[in-house]
Amino acid sequence: MAQSTQEILAGLAEIVNEETGLDPASVELDKSFTDDLDIDSLSMMTIVVNAEDKFGVSIPDDEVKNLKTVRDAVDFIASAQG
Amino acid sequence: MGLLTGKTLLVTGVLMDSSIAFHVARLAQDEGATVILTSFGRTMKITTAIAKRLPQTPPVVELDVSNQEHLDTLAGRLGEHTDRLDGVLHSIGFAPQGAFTFLEGSWADVSTAVHVSAYSLKALAVAALPLMGAGGSIVGLTFDARYAWPVYDWMGVAKAAFEATNRYCARDLGPKGVRCNLVAAGPIRTTAAKSIPGFETFERVWGDRAPLGWDVHDAEPAARACVALLSDWFPATTGEIVHVDGGVHAMGQ
Ligand SMILES: NC(=O)c1ccc[n+]([C@@H]2O[C@H](COP(=O)([O-])OP(=O)(O)OC[C@H]3O[C@@H](n4cnc5c(N)ncnc54)[C@H](O)[C@@H]3O)[C@@H](O)[C@H]2O)c1
Repeated sequence: MAQSTQEILAGLAEIVNEETGLDPASVELDKSFTDDLDIDSLSMMTIVVNAEDKFGVSIPDDEVKNLKTVRDAVDFIASAQG
Repeated sequence: MGLLTGKTLLVTGVLMDSSIAFHVARLAQDEGATVILTSFGRTMKITTAIAKRLPQTPPVVELDVSNQEHLDTLAGRLGEHTDRLDGVLHSIGFAPQGAFTFLEGSWADVSTAVHVSAYSLKALAVAALPLMGAGGSIVGLTFDARYAWPVYDWMGVAKAAFEATNRYCARDLGPKGVRCNLVAAGPIRTTAAKSIPGFETFERVWGDRAPLGWDVHDAEPAARACVALLSDWFPATTGEIVHVDGGVHAMGQ
């Protein structure tokens, strides 16, 4: 079932918070995972695996490198949910 | 009845669902085995999430094969889940990036590669042995170390040491009735493989050279061989390396 951008963002922020301890409010659409949120590749893997489970989508490894900003991830999840 | 009905296996090396070990765990459960996974450090969380994608969710026990304390306490900590092990899968490999440039490789990088990727087979075998008895089987994964490959460099040297370690494990565990064998897999797109700079060079040629063809996205053929070696169907085979590479090892250039 497709969720709204806001719903996906809130869910993703929760996952990021669990992994990194970052305030969910700091997980904004235009933030870069590496440059702004300081998330390394291992944390990114954890976030991706948890996002797959939470949103019921598959995020192929080759796609992960294209997910530079929070918006990229939210958009990918939204389109994967169809 | 499944190939592994009634057996309890310790499966190391499940990181993602692309991991070769994930497919071994999946097929082993399908064949009736009870599976216990290991993971370590920050990857524990990923393994624990990925474990839920198996037919039955197995427990995840912490094991960094380069941590002697983890090894010394392994059998005791497994006691919470089982009183014996019938099989152990070693699906562990790591080399620092510097190890993938042969002439520049430093001993610090090379020694890490050999410690985690080769010595660890002996270390894991000794750690698991108190729970193993006659009929037990240890299986590891190698990448044919008889040759110098592009980009594999000191990891190739570590794999040669790993293959020798397998033969010595076979010698010293044989009298206890425990077998030790390896599967030499062709290239498969896993996290470890993708961290090797230039890994795509293997991927391209393998399919052309393999008489049976080769799919770098399919870990199942290698996993099936692991399951077979963990079963009772290779009772007199030890110190062996089974090639699951589409036939590339048997071809000339
Ligand atoms: N992928 C291939 O092309 C290929 C081909 C032949 C053999 N292999 C071998 O298969 C095995 C599994 O690799 P994979 O390709 O499934 O990749 P993978 O990245 O999914 O698995 C490698 C595993 O090693 C574990 N590991 C690393 N350091 C460790 C340590 N100190 N203690 C405990 N575990 C540690 C990682 O957590 C990970 O689970 C490795 O031995 C690898 O060399 C892989």
